[in-house]
Amino acid sequence: MKSLKLILFLLFFTFLNLNNVFGENAKVDEISKNLRCLICQGQSVYDSQSEFALSVKTLISNKLEAGSSEKDIYDFLKSKYGDWIVYDPEFNNYTLVLWILPLFLFIFGGFLIARKVIINREKNETYK
Amino acid sequence: MKLRLSFIFLFILVSLISVVFYKSLFEDKNYIPKNINNKIDNISVKEFNTDNNFFLKNLFDEEKIMVINIWASWCVPCRKEHHYIKKLSNINNLKLVGLNYKDKTKNAQKFLEDIGNPFDIILSDTDGTKSIFLGAYGVPETLILDSELTILKKYIGPINSKIVSEIKNLAK
Repeated sequence: MKSLKLILFLLFFTFLNLNNVFGENAKVDEISKNLRCLICQGQSVYDSQSEFALSVKTLISNKLEAGSSEKDIYDFLKSKYGDWIVYDPEFNNYTLVLWILPLFLFIFGGFLIARKVIINREKNETYK
Repeated sequence: MKLRLSFIFLFILVSLISVVFYKSLFEDKNYIPKNINNKIDNISVKEFNTDNNFFLKNLFDEEKIMVINIWASWCVPCRKEHHYIKKLSNINNLKLVGLNYKDKTKNAQKFLEDIGNPFDIILSDTDGTKSIFLGAYGVPETLILDSELTILKKYIGPINSKIVSEIKNLAK
């Protein structure tokens, strides 16, 4: 009996939080996690409690209610504050190096390692 | 030969790093957006302490420019810049609009009673979302708009006498 009560008690709180996990709040959280707080740089809008971040969260909620898509919201905020507000940078001329450089370094590094391995193998073979 | 090459390489690397560090000493630490859309939507905003709503474009009468000053009673720098905002109210051809940001009506009224109300009209942004439409960060912030609602200038932080004369020139 006691355990049943406990289960019911826990279920009650689970349902209370359901809106946070699946509902609109979850969407607001998801979007605000990908936004940089411009006042408290280094924090996301989701993490920050600054007036700016709280307003952005209210705006996201309002826009979702009005039927805006996630992309609409990102585009709107980018038009107001620039690409920098989004953590995930878009692929364009300005961010080309940002996207290409790691790939280039990865391939270049792989090439260096491969070369070293091949040279070592050849050396070992000649010693044999 | 190899030693010399690595020395040259090290030298170039160190000088490159020094140049980057030295240059960044003078850079603004805060991000100020570039390449943004400078046109504001003609949004409707509630008037402070009344139930009237106004579209931004309708606030223009015959004035050349509109100055929107975002302020709050809890904002200390706003109190300091108020002296300069008063100077703006003397300029002809300029509509001076205050946007009260996330404030309690009572406190905002007290603020104006204490140090005066220089604004032609005061609008209210209770949840801070209207300021986002203006592309603002917080308080204080001052935007200069033309009648097409294009942002001509944007001053983040309190204004000073230099900015007042800049705005005076824009209104000419």
